[in-house]
Amino acid sequence: MSSVASVGSRARVARVWQAPIGKKAVMALTGVVLFGFVLGHMLGNLQIYLGSEQIDHYAVLLRSSPKLLWAVRGVLLVALVLHFVSAAQLKSISRAARPDDYRKYDPQRSTLGARTMLGSGLLLLAFVVYHLMHFTFGNAHPDFEELKVHHNVVTGFQEWPVSVSYIVAMVFLGMHLRHGLWSMFQSLGVSHPRYTPALRTFATVFAVVIVIGNVSIPIAVLAGLIG
Amino acid sequence: MRITLHVWRQKNAKEAGSFVRYDVPDVSEHMSFLEMLDVVNEGLIAKGQDPIAFDHDCREGICGMCGFMINGAAHGPLRGTTVCQLHMRKFSDGDELWLEPWRAKAFPVLRDLAVDRSALDRIIAAGGFISVPTGSAPEANALPVPKEKAELSMDAAACIGCGACVAACPNASASLFTAAKVTHLGLLPQGQPERSRRAIAMVAAMNENGFGHCTNLAECEAACPKAISIETIARMNRDFFAASFSSRD
Repeated sequence: MSSVASVGSRARVARVWQAPIGKKAVMALTGVVLFGFVLGHMLGNLQIYLGSEQIDHYAVLLRSSPKLLWAVRGVLLVALVLHFVSAAQLKSISRAARPDDYRKYDPQRSTLGARTMLGSGLLLLAFVVYHLMHFTFGNAHPDFEELKVHHNVVTGFQEWPVSVSYIVAMVFLGMHLRHGLWSMFQSLGVSHPRYTPALRTFATVFAVVIVIGNVSIPIAVLAGLIG
Repeated sequence: MRITLHVWRQKNAKEAGSFVRYDVPDVSEHMSFLEMLDVVNEGLIAKGQDPIAFDHDCREGICGMCGFMINGAAHGPLRGTTVCQLHMRKFSDGDELWLEPWRAKAFPVLRDLAVDRSALDRIIAAGGFISVPTGSAPEANALPVPKEKAELSMDAAACIGCGACVAACPNASASLFTAAKVTHLGLLPQGQPERSRRAIAMVAAMNENGFGHCTNLAECEAACPKAISIETIARMNRDFFAASFSSRD
């Protein structure tokens, strides 16, 4: 038996969640989950370049185990909700911290994308809802056929306003990732003069790769390269 | 040179403020920014008007008393410099400058460009110290401090508590200030006994005093007259998580 009493685990979790630093850690950890999904989703989607059989087969594969599918969806949903709730609470803290804003403010270091993470995040949330209605549920799609991914993508993206909205959303995703991908390390306490600059470069490169990979699909459809 | 100033004039925390325009002819490029304001104030006093209130003390960039926004940048455009060490030669003839106080809920305006920064003192009081018996100094060689740690600790200890980090942060966060203190003490052997308690208490005090959170924008690092790195904020976060989950407190 120890002679020093210890604070209970529930009180510890409450203390961390109460601190803005704790909420930022939640944002970082859920951000990792969401980024993992974004990466996997892009790699899966790029199979469209391998022909309709390949990508349609991939869709069937993803749906082959409903238990696994819903487990993954559950994890993503929980991550999304926690990411959103933390962001909303942090925003209300920072808004209260400066009730009277500067008449003139000139940022010296940060990028526009880094300062507008909440805006790009909310836009992406709206996009995710639309994207699900478009390609998963199909109720926002003109000619949706269950598990016919190639057909759905081609007919979906042939409407140019839809393609443009996807491309715009991906640019916001890129801006969000460019800050988020290195910032999550800083939030979790990982920073080093040797590795952090490399991490920031890596974040930018990765954000660009994700944007190009995803944007290439509607562009390829519009250009008639996939059909 | 000729400078046009738009200075935020505000009687106290309760009354609303506004910009007042002052044309300042014959500014010498050798004046510091505060000396230029002294000249403006002498003119105002001669005319029987209220001089512009601003905080200042040492005027050599080491005390942390001075500071306000010049054209939206804390301590003005020159990096690693307090406003007292910013000289008019950094500006050009005909420049129009907008002077505002640090703006944060935790920093109520006292008058014009002077704000109450005692919230930073309350963060220090929460844990930014070491408890040692006073008396004769211990034998220096009895407590070895590695050179690298001493240097990193000194880099953080350079913080003069001016509040520019809070002022420059879009979230009015005091993370750089607090992290500088946590880093300064946490790297030294004398700071170890209270390291866990310090991290928890100072982080809580930051929140309780109405400061915002850190979004890793590094605006504080750019504004800091001592160029303290946001690497210290990562160190504070590390100490906070370690203390939160591993210590008995």
